[in-house]
Amino acid sequence: MAAVDEVRGLGHSVQRKEDERFIRGKGTYVDDVKLPGMLHMEILRSPLAHARIRSIDTSRAAALPGVVAVVTGELLAQHNLAWMPTLSGDTQAVLATDKVRFQGQEVACVVAETPYIAKDALELIDVDYEPLQVVTTPQQALADGAPVIRDEKEGQLDNHIYHWEAGDAEATEKAFAEADRVVSLDTFYPRCHPAPLECCACIADLNPATGKATIYMTSQAPHAHRTLFALVAGLSEEKIRIISPDIGGGFGNKVPIYPGYVVATAASLLLGRPVKWVEDRTGNLISTGFARDFHMHGELALKGDRMTGLKVKMLSDNGAFFADAQPSKFRAGLFHIVTGSYDIPAAHVETDGAYTNKAPGGVAYRCSFRVTEASYLIERLVQTAAYELEIDPAELRRKNFVKKEQFPYTSATGFEYDSGDYEAALDVALEKLGYAELRKEQEEARKEGRLIGIGLASFTEVVGAGPGKHYDIAGLRMFDSAELRVHPTGKAVLKLGVKSQGQGHETTFAQIVAAELGIPPEDVEVQEGDTDHTPYGLGTYASRSTPTGGAATAVISRKLRDKARRIAAHLLETSEEDLEWEDNRFVVKGAPDRTKTIQELAFAAYTDIPDGMEAGLEGVHYYDPPNMTYPFGTYAVVVEVDRGTGAWKVNRVVAVDDCGVRINPMVVEGQIMGGLAEGFGIAALQLITFDEDGNCVGANFMDYLLPTAWETPAFELGETVTPSPHHPIGAKGVGESATVGSPAAYVNAVVDALAHAGVRNLEMPVTSDKVWAALQEAGLAE
Amino acid sequence: MYPAGFEYFAPTSVEEALSVLERYGDEAKVLAGGQSLIPLMKLRFASPRALVDLNRIEGLDGLYEDDGMLNVGALVRHKTCERSELLKSRYDVLADAAPQISDPIVRNLGTMAGSLAHADPQGDWGSALLAAGAQVQARGPGGTRTIPLDEFFVGPFTTALEPTEIVTWVQVPDPGPRAGGAYLKLERRVGDFATAAVGVHVSFTNGKAERAGIALTGVGPRNLRARAAEEALAGHELDDDAIAEAARLAAEAAEPQDDVRGSAEYKRNVVRVFTERGLRKAAERREER
Amino acid sequence: MTETATEQAVYTRTVNVTVNGEARSAEIETRLLLVHFLRDTLGLTGTHIGCDTSSCGACTVLLDGIPAKSCTLFAVQADGRELTTVEGLMQDGQHHPIQDGFHEEHGLQCGFCTPGMMLTATALLADNPDPSEEEIRWAISGNICRCTGYQNIVKAVQHAAAAMKEGR
Repeated sequence: MAAVDEVRGLGHSVQRKEDERFIRGKGTYVDDVKLPGMLHMEILRSPLAHARIRSIDTSRAAALPGVVAVVTGELLAQHNLAWMPTLSGDTQAVLATDKVRFQGQEVACVVAETPYIAKDALELIDVDYEPLQVVTTPQQALADGAPVIRDEKEGQLDNHIYHWEAGDAEATEKAFAEADRVVSLDTFYPRCHPAPLECCACIADLNPATGKATIYMTSQAPHAHRTLFALVAGLSEEKIRIISPDIGGGFGNKVPIYPGYVVATAASLLLGRPVKWVEDRTGNLISTGFARDFHMHGELALKGDRMTGLKVKMLSDNGAFFADAQPSKFRAGLFHIVTGSYDIPAAHVETDGAYTNKAPGGVAYRCSFRVTEASYLIERLVQTAAYELEIDPAELRRKNFVKKEQFPYTSATGFEYDSGDYEAALDVALEKLGYAELRKEQEEARKEGRLIGIGLASFTEVVGAGPGKHYDIAGLRMFDSAELRVHPTGKAVLKLGVKSQGQGHETTFAQIVAAELGIPPEDVEVQEGDTDHTPYGLGTYASRSTPTGGAATAVISRKLRDKARRIAAHLLETSEEDLEWEDNRFVVKGAPDRTKTIQELAFAAYTDIPDGMEAGLEGVHYYDPPNMTYPFGTYAVVVEVDRGTGAWKVNRVVAVDDCGVRINPMVVEGQIMGGLAEGFGIAALQLITFDEDGNCVGANFMDYLLPTAWETPAFELGETVTPSPHHPIGAKGVGESATVGSPAAYVNAVVDALAHAGVRNLEMPVTSDKVWAALQEAGLAE
Repeated sequence: MYPAGFEYFAPTSVEEALSVLERYGDEAKVLAGGQSLIPLMKLRFASPRALVDLNRIEGLDGLYEDDGMLNVGALVRHKTCERSELLKSRYDVLADAAPQISDPIVRNLGTMAGSLAHADPQGDWGSALLAAGAQVQARGPGGTRTIPLDEFFVGPFTTALEPTEIVTWVQVPDPGPRAGGAYLKLERRVGDFATAAVGVHVSFTNGKAERAGIALTGVGPRNLRARAAEEALAGHELDDDAIAEAARLAAEAAEPQDDVRGSAEYKRNVVRVFTERGLRKAAERREER
Repeated sequence: MTETATEQAVYTRTVNVTVNGEARSAEIETRLLLVHFLRDTLGLTGTHIGCDTSSCGACTVLLDGIPAKSCTLFAVQADGRELTTVEGLMQDGQHHPIQDGFHEEHGLQCGFCTPGMMLTATALLADNPDPSEEEIRWAISGNICRCTGYQNIVKAVQHAAAAMKEGR
């Protein structure tokens, strides 16, 4: 009799099956692929942020030996490819034609025999620019007299993109009118960038002999990209194969379609040879999907210590093209989750988006569709309220949490939270931290002239997009899929519509099959990323893989188990009702020696089936989630601030997460630690900014600072488990929780170190000079 | 990411290297660690027609004391300095600076001499060695000359070296048995240039500072000596008042700019705080010897 | 521009390098970066490129046993020298303890920083067989990871250190 542990389904820290190729250096990332006859493409980028293009002379570049083609916007325009649709219903220039609209915008491409020659040729392209007035903030963009950036759009008379509201304005006004106190906060979530270690890349191989278009692409959503390629480039969809192989990190940066992909495809079509484009880091930071750049004004209405209303006005800087990667019905993503973990009866949220002379984007970087911004705002507001009310920040949160009994809970902005126990997570965090002792220590330290700060954040986020009637990407409903086939020898192949960029799907999804069907994870091969061989899905971002793809996997595994039951009944000559399922076998009730293992049943599916039954043991399921899922937790950060320099050091990070059922605790913890490190980087270091001429500061890794192992603190992790009631295995997804929830914890900690002297806010990235300025003003500087 | 083409030379003697430099003049660049030059070439901010790789020349990697001088050869890597017991023994400002330069992988190849010849105004060695009163040996077609480091740095990325000259040795006078120093660097992150840094190097006689070197990084168009602060300390004990005054003068000597790392006022204050902390550390270390 | 496109000279050299114990030779442009030599000329794609300012360490290889950024070296500089890339970590079909460490401690997620990270770690352990957490973090501070938050990488190195001490 097999022991239960042999199967290792949910809750087991199975070591990752995908590791072997990576530790041998045998991963296949896009740039590792070489095709016969392959050419290399490099992009010429605009040095100016806003300028009319008077002329482009490519003759010297085209004459360089080794150069095969030079592509400009003018050439693309002849094939109707100079502009392409974005995921947010706008258009984006593939290569600039009339104007350049941000520094770094793609202006021309050289295709050559080697990337060195392509780069040589870039220097030989002469572009004559006529500089125009530059707009670098949304406030500037929306002011009277601002130059119209998108003057090529019919009817676009200014730089305003959209206005969007959620919640109940009237009820909120009433709450504010009746409030004892209103706490407000103006804060800016600066522009940062996901910066996965692997830059974006593609190889477009349009084979004239077969008519097939094979495109290797760093894609987090290969099927959606295939459909968009078909619609945009006019290629026939059954002839397009997108292969997203190993991806060196995505974090939302690899969701949009970039001009480089489109031009490489067009070039391959024109030249009949494969064309490879690998962007450099500068191109990645200056032009691809950035994150945030969100100006927020929040007001919290309180009656006593109870939150009664929340009002938020935001201004979103979307860059030169509105290219947010988010469900199309939500112009500001899921920002309206902003009431967070708190039972706030009335809320109203208003956003306006503006064009500026900067790269397009805004929704990326483990943000769960702008939940990072929302979570930051509410947690910073609550902290501010605690100081103004002179209530302990943990207690103010506790008093206002949505209570366990209130779930499922409908928020003031219409989200139906599936499950939660916020108080339990807070208690675990405070206990782990030794909160009461720490507050005493903080007091003592102050007397010695040392500044210690404790920052909390109790986040609730919303992931798992999503129910088809509300959630779509460019019209494609956000279901996801799983196709499972069990071979006669009891091994299985699971094909998915999601696509890992390091999240460990080859192991965790195999564990779901193991849990439902009893086939050990090592016997389940998981395939993702090749659109010719996988069922249609919407990809991996916004922590959706487990909530959607994981659910589809569980459902299809159960369907196969149902079929296996019928086969077992046939083999054991009993009725289906008389059979019990035990980990990996059916057992006749009351006759424990009469069993059939899943492996025996798989074999039988091909060799000995009841009359009328179809052979085989396989199926595909497309799962439409009934709701989103709501992971939550409490993070606590302890810092000490140097009064001489304003530099701060993290002494402790305690992170308690609840993502429902944990498929693989080791993988879950890995995701959380990665997110906590990113949260630290965002809070402390990372910034993309622009001078008044629109020059980008932060377009390389010397200026855009990512945390190393030296700055990154160590993390103490804890957990609570509150399953999702609607998810087949009770799991919620966790990939982004820590990036969403932790920045506020870090910032709250630094503010807390200075709060006794009246400091209430510090803007991210909280660099030492900003802290020092606050110390000076508060009379705390050394 | 893709440099322009160049002719590559890997001479095995200094003479051979110099003859290539004579031929190409300012169209040649000298390559030692390459950790500053090659990144510039990849971005095409530098596109020399000839590259003279010094790494095959023997005899340029010595780190030793001789005749009252610390001698550091042109090919001595930052990592060697980081590990040197000799530097830790009496050259604290250098021992402190070495591990704070760039990141640990860059330090395996980057050289002290190369760093000085590159003359990045935000370079750490420049200040540490100015504080230590260093000089360089430069060899050219006419022979070898000694250039005090004060005169070596002419401006940002500009030195007193002729295009036909190579730095062969960096030399630091022995500060004596009772010396103490420190190099304090505020950086946003490992590998970043200094937001502001201060190097101090003090030799003592009878408990009083005989010679004080104080130099500043990242707060001016080049590495700066804080001369008024140095003079204020000379002949004095390093007590609280002397330290506070020197720190005040050092902050005054700084010429910082507002930039993404902070305001000028902020950096000036860091100079003050670090000069104080550095001098205290120098006094402590002297005590321990 | 003083030169026309067709006048640009191409400078080449023959380079002889030992890579993972094997002698390799090729005629290449002098401007070819070592990382491109490894990836494109020799087909060893385990060494990765993550940036263009020598800041990220993804391209780290061992040059005569010492970690070096292969994107910040010309291939010609490696003439006559020994290189170790990630492909050279396995010996006789067996994992190097560092590879086991990364696997068993979940020290990798997307795998892109992993080759460089492991090589830096092996050099650390050769120099310091029993490093503290602080020493490990300091030694790998030139290798950026975006996925793991570094904590499991530290554990991976500690795991390897323990295994190597026991002679595994």
